Amino acid sequence: MNPSPVPVPFIVRLGRSFDARTWQIVGLFAAFALVAVPVMHLALPPDHPLHLSTWFITLVGKILCYAIVAVAMDLIWGYGGILSLGHGLFFALGGYAFGMYLMRQIGRDGSYQSDLPDFMVFLDWKELPWFWAGSDSFLWVALLVLVVPAVIAFVFGYFAFRSRIKGVYFSIITQALTYAAMLLFFRNETGFGGNNGFTDFKRILGYSITAPETRVVLFALSALALIGTLLLARYLVTSKFGRVLTAIRDAESRVMFIGYNPLWYKLFVWTLSAMLCAFAGALYVPQVGIINPSEMSVANSIEIAIWVAVGGRGTLIGPVIGAFIVNLAKSWFTVSFPEYWLFFLGTLFIVATLYLPQGVVGLWFKLRGRFRNDDAGAVAGDAKGVRA
Amino acid sequence: MNAGELHLADQDNPDWDSGTAELGHVLKPGQLDLSHKVILYLEDITVSFDGFRALNKLSLTIDAGELRCIIGPNGAGKTTMMDVITGKTRPDEGTVFFGQTIDLTRLSEPEIAHIGIGRKFQKPTIFENHTVFENLELAMKTDKRVWCSLLALLDSAAGDRIAETLELIRLSAHADRLAGLLSHGQKQWLEIGMLLMQEPKLLLLDEPVAGMTDEETERTGELFLSLAGKHSLVVVEHDMAFVKQLGGKVTVLHEGSMLAEGTLEEVQADQRVIEVYLGR
Repeated sequence: MNPSPVPVPFIVRLGRSFDARTWQIVGLFAAFALVAVPVMHLALPPDHPLHLSTWFITLVGKILCYAIVAVAMDLIWGYGGILSLGHGLFFALGGYAFGMYLMRQIGRDGSYQSDLPDFMVFLDWKELPWFWAGSDSFLWVALLVLVVPAVIAFVFGYFAFRSRIKGVYFSIITQALTYAAMLLFFRNETGFGGNNGFTDFKRILGYSITAPETRVVLFALSALALIGTLLLARYLVTSKFGRVLTAIRDAESRVMFIGYNPLWYKLFVWTLSAMLCAFAGALYVPQVGIINPSEMSVANSIEIAIWVAVGGRGTLIGPVIGAFIVNLAKSWFTVSFPEYWLFFLGTLFIVATLYLPQGVVGLWFKLRGRFRNDDAGAVAGDAKGVRA
Repeated sequence: MNAGELHLADQDNPDWDSGTAELGHVLKPGQLDLSHKVILYLEDITVSFDGFRALNKLSLTIDAGELRCIIGPNGAGKTTMMDVITGKTRPDEGTVFFGQTIDLTRLSEPEIAHIGIGRKFQKPTIFENHTVFENLELAMKTDKRVWCSLLALLDSAAGDRIAETLELIRLSAHADRLAGLLSHGQKQWLEIGMLLMQEPKLLLLDEPVAGMTDEETERTGELFLSLAGKHSLVVVEHDMAFVKQLGGKVTVLHEGSMLAEGTLEEVQADQRVIEVYLGR
């Protein structure tokens, strides 16, 4: 045990959450996202073999946002043992909050040349509803993106966890929550564009939203946000907080009888997870150019759980890999064999549940252990590696 | 109430050792008052589950520093009694006081743990996916609120405390093993170690030597005897040899009430106790 008389600054401790090799990989990834992608998209002519198309930037940028959601899901499910089947709600709320700002940025360039968003003109509304106040301010909306989902998650979580609702009951309630929100957002009177949601965005901070430069910046921000999310998540799960969290997952009563109140631990990670999803949603909307209530559908939220299960629960990196595998497969299937996509997704989930309890990351550790032909050591090492 | 508001501020309560209960004394809120040398009062506790009375007007007092054994046939209410003391079950009637002033029926499980009551379950309950070291680290007496855990760093004093406890429970060689890989007896010891890390005033031990070898049982008995005096212990046990080794006062529960109390010899000679155990 090393005595630590000098308090270590938090930022240093955060940085130490990744080991040297992980930092190298993160550095390579950042260099790719921040340097290589812009150069290959903007500087190379479209007929160059290394040119990256707008389609690629949008697709990968979108999946980077999904990956943030997957990591947020892993924090509560993989480490906290709380399966949320309503996480799409927080993602959509973040998207809607930021979408309000994007709608206001359209200004008078909409179909009706009005100061109001088109759908409000269509409904014959004369002024903005009260909750749209301040939505032309980027900073105010950035605050809304984080605070609204956080408050909803906190209040919902407080009552659910205080009543000690667990397991499948909790999952079902979260499904009901996102479903109810979807029905609410489908209504035109709710003030969020009804079933069409928000679309036809023109500008962000005054810059054209479809300009290649804007796309590249949004892509880079998504990549940085994913790195930040992974770093924060890694810090959490390697801290004492993370050990208490996994202890609550494994033996909640023991945790209570040694003096921790699981309520606040669950609530903290639950609310943080919701905020991460909302942040990802806000980055997602300007890249795909639309947000509508179908983002709150139950199927979307279940899909998030599938990314995590396929990649490997409780591994942090696994969910990122899972988000990429499932979404790349989805974009290929929905073009080539659209009618078979859901069959494929279902099969993938069944295979992952039956044969890959630790997902592809667990499979990789297992294969590596076999390859090194050092079974006993590999199994013990894997247990730690996968958990860590 | 927040767990952090309760503090056993005065670690060296003068009444604890000297035995001179003063007439006038000032007490901080939440502080354990042992001025009458009694650490735990149960009075007329009744708990019913769907009409079945698990506890029926049970009254019991435990002195500070005492080592008490509780015996009784299955269904006598031993585990329910522990549930009531630790806040897991609320009594339908009756009062539970920790010292003179702390009403346990108003506190939650973590708050009760925080003011100094540790509990060992019948089935060893440890964190199987954590190492032995981490199990003890999590149990250690410290501020257990979220923010403190987020920023917690293990200092050398804490490391020494864990090393001492590892030594005491003879698991030093297994510190970095996953707790789930330990033998049954070792798990029991680890749970006892976790209890000690909490530095409780009162330890509730539900069948602590179940599944242990004779040698382990004897060592456990020696450990408990060394703890008595500094801590108060309540041991629920079926193993009469073990109860004999501990040697303290014995309480016999039957159908949710106290049937007899005294030394082991006294209760074993009691006609009613014999009837309950042997049947008529």
